[in-house]
Amino acid sequence: MIATSGKPSLAAKARLRFDRATGGYLLLYPERGLALNPTAASILKLCNGELTVDGIVERLQGEYADRPGPELRQDVIEFIEEMARRGLLQVPA
Amino acid sequence: MNPAPRPYTLVAELTYACPLHCVYCSNPVDFTRHKDALDTADWRRVLREAEQLGVVQVNLTGGEPLLRPDLEEIIAEARALDLYTNLITSGIPLERERLERLRRLGLDNVQVSIQDARPAGSDRIAGREAFDRKLEVARWVKELGFPLTMNTVLHRENLDHIGEVIALAEELHADRLELANTQYLGWALLNRSALLPAAAQLERARSIAGAAKARLEGRMEVVFVIPDYFVEVPPACMDGWGRRFIVVSPDGLLLPCLLAHTLPGLSFGSVREQSVGQLWTSSPGMEAFRGEGWMPDPCRSCARRGIDFGGCRCQAFHLTGNAAATDPACSLSSDHVLIEAARSEGAPRGPDLATLRYRAPRPAPAR
Repeated sequence: MIATSGKPSLAAKARLRFDRATGGYLLLYPERGLALNPTAASILKLCNGELTVDGIVERLQGEYADRPGPELRQDVIEFIEEMARRGLLQVPA
Repeated sequence: MNPAPRPYTLVAELTYACPLHCVYCSNPVDFTRHKDALDTADWRRVLREAEQLGVVQVNLTGGEPLLRPDLEEIIAEARALDLYTNLITSGIPLERERLERLRRLGLDNVQVSIQDARPAGSDRIAGREAFDRKLEVARWVKELGFPLTMNTVLHRENLDHIGEVIALAEELHADRLELANTQYLGWALLNRSALLPAAAQLERARSIAGAAKARLEGRMEVVFVIPDYFVEVPPACMDGWGRRFIVVSPDGLLLPCLLAHTLPGLSFGSVREQSVGQLWTSSPGMEAFRGEGWMPDPCRSCARRGIDFGGCRCQAFHLTGNAAATDPACSLSSDHVLIEAARSEGAPRGPDLATLRYRAPRPAPAR
């Protein structure tokens, strides 16, 4: 479990890149890359080491006004946990 | 005619020259025939044209890419194009000041090869004294804030030290550890009888790597690559011929993999004469094994043909003499007996060190 007061940031090896070919974002790391859906890209852009998980949810709430707050929060937490498990995000406690 | 898919990764082999003489080097056995023919402007253009095609990552490799005095300019161009830029190096010859410079230029990741966790074993495989210096370089990589990939190629002589290799990667704070078993092509095929492990030895190592992968999850990515000789179905070599990867050799050939220019009768064309896009789309060599039209039985009707793409063409050629054969690593191949026979050579033969054929030209043996 991650601490929602933690401030996630991209791992040193990972970099977001806009992809002209698709208009979406890619998360690149050694020998690999992930094509991100728009929500995933929005979350990762906010993982700048300055915002807490709750702060990220708050920012996203504006963008995804049609999503109930608790549901959005749960989705963001699960995504951040998965990315941390893959070593692509760091979430200090 | 198969439509060319979008390439994602450029493997830029900047030179085949290397201070090391590793006995499983992935360069062609006749690498001295392929001179460095691309200048700085050529490489910069190759990067631009590859990016135009959709490439987002570049692996700067060789040989030893540090031997290119224009590495800095090549990295600067790659970063200007926003390519994820990975330097794949032996760590020799490198001064800390140069590594700092590469950091400032925006190099994204450094991969250092370490041949064994034990100095003597590492230097024996590399054919020179290099181990201590490699560790020093790996430490600089982390001190300067780079992510570090540690790569160790596995074989009979070091598979039993895999626990020590993992411990070394942890001590170096590697972000990614590649435990890549030797694939038996090129120099490694010449040294196969000395390097091929026994099945039980490989299995022990695989289990130790699996445990480390679970234990280090989120901290260090641990990748264990099985040799093709010990699988029942081949992996997708390079994710399929001419599908995701562009390789450019030091002499400018645009290739689908590191050894495709060892296959007879294929014409690949040079980036000095045509653009990356033209060659990727329509050089005869790139088209030769793209898609499924070339496939023999049993590949053409196999449910896995869209997964493994028929396996490795170089392995097919170098073992059977026919580049269009089913990869002998596949248990459905009529040539699979060649693999089975080789595996039976992989039994341990006591403590004597096997005779190795070093990547030449090399100076006097390091023993």
